[in-house]
Amino acid sequence: MTGAIAPDAGDRGDAPAGFLIELPEYAGPLDLLLALIRDERLDIYDIPIARICAQFVERIHALGLNEAADYLEMAARLLRIKVQLLLPRSEGEDSWDDPRAELVRRLLEYQQIREAVDVLDRLGEDRRNRFARAYLPVAGAPPVAPLAMSLVELFAAVDRVLRVAKTPAVHDVIPRALDVDSAIATVRAVLALRQRAQWSDVLRAQAEPWEVLSTLIALLELARRGELRIFQPRPFAAVEIARESTGEAA
Amino acid sequence: MSPLAKLLEAALFASARPIPTDELAALDPEASPAAVASALDELREHYDTDGHGVELADVGGGWQILTRAEFTETIERAQLAVRPARLSAAALETLAIIAYRQPIGRAEIEEIRGVNVGAVVRGLTERGLIEVTSRGEGIGRPLLYGTTPLFLEHFALRHLDELPRADEFAVALRAEPRPM
Repeated sequence: MTGAIAPDAGDRGDAPAGFLIELPEYAGPLDLLLALIRDERLDIYDIPIARICAQFVERIHALGLNEAADYLEMAARLLRIKVQLLLPRSEGEDSWDDPRAELVRRLLEYQQIREAVDVLDRLGEDRRNRFARAYLPVAGAPPVAPLAMSLVELFAAVDRVLRVAKTPAVHDVIPRALDVDSAIATVRAVLALRQRAQWSDVLRAQAEPWEVLSTLIALLELARRGELRIFQPRPFAAVEIARESTGEAA
Repeated sequence: MSPLAKLLEAALFASARPIPTDELAALDPEASPAAVASALDELREHYDTDGHGVELADVGGGWQILTRAEFTETIERAQLAVRPARLSAAALETLAIIAYRQPIGRAEIEEIRGVNVGAVVRGLTERGLIEVTSRGEGIGRPLLYGTTPLFLEHFALRHLDELPRADEFAVALRAEPRPM
């Protein structure tokens, strides 16, 4: 499936060229190796390395896999194991590690994954072959129809609006500093007298916007510090402010 | 069918996703969990014994009404619904390794599979079946992958624990007779 950096791509019309990694037959060198072991009915704990290596190389030639690095690496690994087996070992050495052990461990691990694949494949196919009810999200409201009016009508409308509209009031915006500290003092003073209070208790009637904002920030700040708790007993009810008894200690 | 079973059927029909049992139970505050369970049984019985084209299935994360597998080919041929693409062998193998060894990095997956898995991991991530869950220790702090809720849905699993444990697999090669 993956035909990356193929130096001789197109040289051969039939055989897949380049670094072909994924094959329909084998999922990788371990898969091929397992297939050989199974086909030859070999004992995985006593693999005749020379024989399996020869067959492995033969098989990758037949499959046109000579350039697949992963398969070549496995072939090289098999040869290395064979060499290690041929090396003389000292007499009476008990702690000889079979150079094939690592390969056996990998093959068993891989075999286990193959079995997990079978399970997943069965489950996936089972689910894939049954459809859930197709679902389309509810369409949004249809777009508003384009405004259809003549130029005369538009002018008439503008004229009507201009006649009704008063001279716009122009405001001067003066920045006014908030006084959060004294708002905090006010809230503390109110809560010192009573356990619970309401918004109207900590703010004078006809408060200026800057006072409202100062008090709001003061309440949030005190709530953050854990001195009080702001809550609503039920939806749309007035918000209540309660003294947090533990807050003082902390 | 009991009124509760009918209610559950209506909810399952209306929903785009599988509905977990507790959400079904919440439909009727007066129904006990046992009543909901028996209503689900009743609905399944109804579909199975009265011969319906759909069945009640306990899939990843909840209950869902699904068409019966025998009609899939016909429905697909008429292009009324299309099955998701089947996962390739390489994708399944990689997914199996991630499912059983998560969180796991690319290098370890490649060690087990014996091949490069970069493209496959990317593809599985794009399909939303796996995601980066953390970073490993060691050189370069490699990305570690794990399965997603979509993975469970894809394989109709409620939980990862529903997969057979790795040590339950009879490693067939062990049982292979020695050469004669």
